Amino acid sequence: MTSARNRELFGLLPIALAVSAGFAAVLIARDAEVNDATLTYGAAFLVLCLIGHLFIRVRLPNADAYLYPVAAALAGMGIVMVYRIDPELAREQAQWFVLGLAAFAAATLLLRDLSVLERYRYTIAAGALLLLILPRVTGGVTNGAYLQIDLGPIAFQPAELAKIAVVIFIAAYLADTRELMVTYERRVLGVSLPPLRHFGPMLVVWAFAMMLLVFIRDLGSSVMFFGGFLALLYVATGRLSYVVIGLAMFVFGFMFFEATVGHVGARVDAWLDPLNPDLYYAVGGSGQIAQGMFAQADGGALGAGLGEALLTSGGTPVLPAAQTDLIYAVVVNELGFVGAIALLLLYLLFVERGLKTAMLASDPFAKLLATGLTAVFALQVFVIVGGVTRVIPLTGVTLPFVSYGGSSIVANFILVALLMIVSDQARRPRDEGGVL
Amino acid sequence: MDMNKAIRRLFFGVVALFALLAFFTARWSLFEADALQRNTLNKIPQLREIREPRGAILTRAGGPIARSVRRGRGDDAIYERRYPRGELFGHPVGYSYVKRGATGLEKYYDDQLSGRGEEFISVLDSLLGREREEQSMLTALDASAQTTAGRALAGRAGAVVVIEPRTGKIPVWVSVPGFDPNDVRGDAGYKALQSGDGEPRLFDRVSQSAYPPGSTFKVVTAAAALDSGEYRPTSIVNGDSPKEFSGRPMANSGNVSWGDITLTKALTNSVNTVWGQVGERLGDDTMIEYMKRFGFYSKPPVDLPENQVAASGLRSGGELLPDDTPIDVARVAIGQERLTVTPLQMATVAATVANGGKRVRPHLADEFRDRYGRVKERVKTDEVEQVIGRRAAAQLNQMMQDVVNEGTGGAAALAGVNVAGKTGTAETKGGAANQAWFIGFAPADDPKYAIAVTVQETTGQGGTVAAPIARDVFQSLLR
Repeated sequence: MTSARNRELFGLLPIALAVSAGFAAVLIARDAEVNDATLTYGAAFLVLCLIGHLFIRVRLPNADAYLYPVAAALAGMGIVMVYRIDPELAREQAQWFVLGLAAFAAATLLLRDLSVLERYRYTIAAGALLLLILPRVTGGVTNGAYLQIDLGPIAFQPAELAKIAVVIFIAAYLADTRELMVTYERRVLGVSLPPLRHFGPMLVVWAFAMMLLVFIRDLGSSVMFFGGFLALLYVATGRLSYVVIGLAMFVFGFMFFEATVGHVGARVDAWLDPLNPDLYYAVGGSGQIAQGMFAQADGGALGAGLGEALLTSGGTPVLPAAQTDLIYAVVVNELGFVGAIALLLLYLLFVERGLKTAMLASDPFAKLLATGLTAVFALQVFVIVGGVTRVIPLTGVTLPFVSYGGSSIVANFILVALLMIVSDQARRPRDEGGVL
Repeated sequence: MDMNKAIRRLFFGVVALFALLAFFTARWSLFEADALQRNTLNKIPQLREIREPRGAILTRAGGPIARSVRRGRGDDAIYERRYPRGELFGHPVGYSYVKRGATGLEKYYDDQLSGRGEEFISVLDSLLGREREEQSMLTALDASAQTTAGRALAGRAGAVVVIEPRTGKIPVWVSVPGFDPNDVRGDAGYKALQSGDGEPRLFDRVSQSAYPPGSTFKVVTAAAALDSGEYRPTSIVNGDSPKEFSGRPMANSGNVSWGDITLTKALTNSVNTVWGQVGERLGDDTMIEYMKRFGFYSKPPVDLPENQVAASGLRSGGELLPDDTPIDVARVAIGQERLTVTPLQMATVAATVANGGKRVRPHLADEFRDRYGRVKERVKTDEVEQVIGRRAAAQLNQMMQDVVNEGTGGAAALAGVNVAGKTGTAETKGGAANQAWFIGFAPADDPKYAIAVTVQETTGQGGTVAAPIARDVFQSLLR
C-alpha cells in the first residue's frame, strides 16, 4: 500500500521542478528577470499537489500510483502554457486548479461506495440532460455553439460535467443488461443484432447525440458522448458489430445534418480546404484551423521555445483562442513536434492506467465506469487534437487539464477521483479486515 | 467474451487513434512545414522578421545608410527600417519592408543582416530559443563621391558607377532618377513610385539597363585586336570615310577621312571605319570570345539579386541573342548593331584594362560585423579571369590616356593626375537624341578607380556631357 503512495510522491517532485522550470523559461522569454517568483510558483504547486496526495494516502491508500501524478503533470503544463499566453488567465486557472483539487478531495470523501452512483443512475441522467439543455435556454453562443451557462461572473460549461454523468448512466445501464443483450441477440444477414427491447436504449443515446449536434450545436461533445457509449457497448457485449452499426448510425446522422445545418457544413468545408483564401477570410471559416497549422509549422521539430510563439502582433491575434481550442497548436509551436509527442504520451499513459484500473475491477459497474471515463477522456483528447491537426473537423472542446477553463479542470479532477476510487477498491487486499 | 479482452482491444484502438494524432502533428510541423511557411496566408514568418532588428548598412566611413528603429515596447515591439540618407543610396541598397519584400543589398545579404543565416547552429541553441544575431554591413560606398556623382548628373536620366580595379569594391553607384527607400513604406509613396510618371524610378540604370554603348565599345575591340596579336598600337589602318561594310556604308564622325593612321590615333579620334575593319579582320568568333571574357553574355557577378542585374550583349526585342547568332561584326566593333550594355559592364571593361587585364568580381559589400563590432566576415577580392595579357593591357592603357590627353575625352582630364578613358555617343530615338558615354580610370599609371558614366537622351556628346561628370567624380574620390 505505501509503496504505491511513495511512488506517487516521488512522481510529484520532478513535476513540480518541471513546472518551476517552465515558469522560468516563460519569464526569460519575456525578458523579465528570473526571480524568486518562479520557485514560489513551483513550490505552491508542489504544496497543493502534496495536499491532494495526503488525501489519497488516507482515503484511497491502494489506488493506482500514476493517475494522480500524470493529472498533476498535465495540469502543471496547462498552467505554464496559459501563463505564457496570459498571466491573468493563469491566475484564474490556478484558482480553478485549487477548486479542482477540492472537488477531488470532496469526491473521495463522499463516494466511499460507488453503488450510490449505480442506484441514482436516472437522477444523474436527468441531471446531465438538464445541464446540457440549460445553455440553450440561458446561455450565450460561443463560436456558433451553445456551450455555457452564465452564472454571474462565472461561465460554466455543463458538457464537461455531463460527460461524467452520462458515462455513469450508461455504465450502470449496461452493467445490468449486458448479459441479456448477448443472450437474446439475433443474427440478421450474418450480423449480430441485439434484441429489439435493448436496441431501444441505443436509439435513445443516438437521438441524444444528434440532439447535441443540432440544438446545442456541439459536434465535439456529440462525438465524445457517442464514442464513449460505443466503447462501453463494445466492452460490455464484446460485439464489434454493435459498434459498426452505431458508427454507421452516427455518420448517417452527421451527414444528414451536415447537409441541412449550416453550422456543421461550414466546419466540414473549413476542414477539407483550410488554405482556400475564400474560406480563410470567411466569418466562421477556416481561419482558425489554418492559423493553427501555421503555428505548428512555425514550431517545427524542436519548437520556438517556451514563450516564443507569436500569438499577437500589435494587439491583433495571430493565433485566436490560443488558450482554449488551439492550445495544442501553441504546444507544438513552442515545444515542437518532440514536446507534442511527449504530451500525447502523457495522455496515453493516463489512458493506460485508466484501462488497467478497469481490468482490475471485479464489479461490472466499476469496470464499465472506469472504461467509460477513460474512453471519454481519450476521445476528448482525440477530438480537440484531431481538430487542431486536421484529422477531423475542428470543434471546440478543451484539451483535458491543459486548456484554460474552470469547468474542464474541475470535471476532470472528479473524473480522476472516480477512477482512483475504482482503483482503490479493486486493489484493496482481499484479507483486509480479517475473516469473519 | 471476457470484458478484459475487450478493454485491451479498446486500448489498442486508442493507441491507433493517438498514432494518427502524432502522424498529423508531424505532417504540419515537419513534412509540410516549409510549404506552410511559404503560404501567402501565413503571416507568421513576416511578423517574426520585424520582431528582430536588422543589422545596419553603413558607408565605407561608417555612416548609416539603413538602420532598424524600435517601435512599441515589450512583447509587441517591432523594428522598422529607416534610410537616413534617403535617395542617395536608394538604388544599390534597396529596401526591406514586410509588406513589400526586399530589394538590393537588403535582399542579397538578408541572411547576414537578419542573422537568419546563423540560426539553428546547434540543437542546444534552438532548445534554448536563443535569438539570432544580426550583423551590420560595411559597404564600399563613398557618401561624398556618391553625392558628387548625383549632383553632376543634375537630374538628367543616367548612371554613374565606379569600381576599384584591383579589389572590385564599388564606391559609387548612382542611377538617376533615384528613389527614397523610406517612400516605399507607405502605400501612397509606393503607388507614386510605381505609377511611372516620366522616367521609371525603381529601375536601376547601373545594372538593369540595355543602352547602346557607342564608341566606348571600341575599347573591347582594341583589347581583342592587341591581345590576339593581330594588331599593335602602331599598326596602320586606312581611316577614310565612308567605307562599305556588309553592303552598307559606314561613316566617321563628321564624315572625316583620316587616311592611313595608327590604331592609337584611331582610338584617340574614334575613327569608325578603322575599327570596322579591325572587327572584320578579327571575325565573329574572336570578337564574341573577347566579349565573353570581359563578362558580356552573362549577368555581372555583382552582389545584388539576380533579377536586378542584366547581361550585356546583342539583344532583339529585349531578349539577349545567343552568342552564335550571326552578327554584323564591323558594326558590333564600333558599338552599333543590336549591341546593348549596362554601365556596370562598361565599368568592368575599364577596370579590367586598368588592372593589367585581370577581371575582378565587383562588389558593394565589404565587411560584416556582429553587435559588438567584431568582424565576422570580409568580402574577399575574387579574381574572375585574365581577360587580356598584361602587355596588351598596358598598351591599351596608354592608348586610352591619349584619348583624354589629345582626343575626344579631354573634358575628363585632371590637373596633376593622368586619366585614361574613352568617350561614346550613340544615336537613339532615330537620331533625335544621344546616349552619351565615358568610361575610364585614374590615375592611369596606378589605377585606383575605374568609371562608367552615361547620360540618356541628351543632345550633347560623350566628350561634352559624360566626360566632365567622370572628372568630378574622380576628383572627389582622389581628393
